Amino acid sequence: MTEYRDYLDFMYSVLDVHNKGGLVLSETTELVADIGLSSLEVMEFVEKIEDRFDISIPLNILPDVYTLGDFARKLDELDA
Amino acid sequence: MLFEKFEYMAQFQAELDAQDVVPFGAVTEKILSATEAVVNGRKVILAGTNNYLGLSFDPRCISAAQEAAGKWGTGTTGSRLANGTFFEHQALESELAAFHGVNHAIIFTTGFAATMGMCATLVGPGEVLLLDADSHASIYAGAQLSGAEIIRFKHNDPEDLAKRLRRLGERASQTLIVAEGIYSMLGDTAPLQEIAAVKREYGGLLFVDEAHSMGVLGTHGRGAAEAAGIESEVDFIAGTFSKSLGATGGYCVSRHPELETIRYCIRSYIFTASSSPMMVASTRKALQILQSEPGLRHQLWDNAKRLHSGLQSLGLPIGPSPSPVIAVALEDRTQAINCWNALMEAGVYVNLVVPPASPSTNFLLRNSVSAAHSSAQIDVIIATYAGLVDAGLIGAKQGG
Repeated sequence: MTEYRDYLDFMYSVLDVHNKGGLVLSETTELVADIGLSSLEVMEFVEKIEDRFDISIPLNILPDVYTLGDFARKLDELDA
Repeated sequence: MLFEKFEYMAQFQAELDAQDVVPFGAVTEKILSATEAVVNGRKVILAGTNNYLGLSFDPRCISAAQEAAGKWGTGTTGSRLANGTFFEHQALESELAAFHGVNHAIIFTTGFAATMGMCATLVGPGEVLLLDADSHASIYAGAQLSGAEIIRFKHNDPEDLAKRLRRLGERASQTLIVAEGIYSMLGDTAPLQEIAAVKREYGGLLFVDEAHSMGVLGTHGRGAAEAAGIESEVDFIAGTFSKSLGATGGYCVSRHPELETIRYCIRSYIFTASSSPMMVASTRKALQILQSEPGLRHQLWDNAKRLHSGLQSLGLPIGPSPSPVIAVALEDRTQAINCWNALMEAGVYVNLVVPPASPSTNFLLRNSVSAAHSSAQIDVIIATYAGLVDAGLIGAKQGG
């Protein structure tokens, strides 16, 4: 079963492309405020995670997601 | 402060003002016909309306509305459930059901209220709404109100839809799948045959919004589901009066008798005044004309093909197939605004679409065609775009 850590590691690998400012990614990095993803880029990011882990991520969980840690935790709960 | 979140919009509007353009909220001072108007003091060809069959100025529809105003008054001043159901409303519901070959129909005061209300009501907590990623704002709004789990499938991608239904397992049967006939921004058509096949395999109910395809697609103009030959597999079809039918309002039809019960649960149907009798009367007339004059649809497609091939030969970045909606995709905001402005100055009024209304980061110059356009008007639109190319405002190398 996929764990919190697996989601987080995959997110780091995907976000490296967007991370032009050389920000050190961590659980507390915010997708929009820190990395500066647009709403469209957030959806593309979501699709990559869905494809990688063969899951569907309900839009309902996104309003509560700010940091990478928030997101990984939500995904861990989904799968629980 | 509550107002801080609007700052980004204030900045964008200020930028537009500085360039002396008013793409949003341009004021139409006079309508000359279904395809011509005076806008911001200038006579223009209307190339951005959704008046697909040109019926907004049909004298028969106008006199039906006038007669209804005399007979029923200007408004119903009541909800459908409280003194706002007139004979006209019921007659239109029967006629729409008959048009689609089903037994049940509900009409709404606007198209937005129809799709939003149906999506908000058909599913609830614990159930699933599986919608195309490029769905209209009214579908997303309904989804949020529904309390259901909202999952997007990739735009026009039946394989992705299948994948998501598979992941749902037994919950697939508790799922409403939502697609549109023609998508309003790029004018592309949903692969409904494939979507219906996926539904057949995994279960769920299928809702198709034919707002931009009713009157446009299908031998009888019933829309994309008719054109795909899968009407019997669609559970709910929604549509609007504000495009092919030239008025304002919306509807949903279904073969399921449960629609008559669902009617009493839709808040955007119950807690709003019913359509004005004028709207309903002109829509009834337009629906008759849509059925008795298929030539209008052929004219629409002739015009769509003419515009598509003209813009294509200029090398502009447009979609691969002709459609009544033809969007020129631009990547740069300033360029899009300059082009819109130049088109307007030359007398062609198209729609400027900016993210997030456009389905990607692109800026669109959205052209829509009417059966009422003459070939000469279509040629003027093409020539105006050619002028933009010559002026270096837009080129074949842009976008893709």
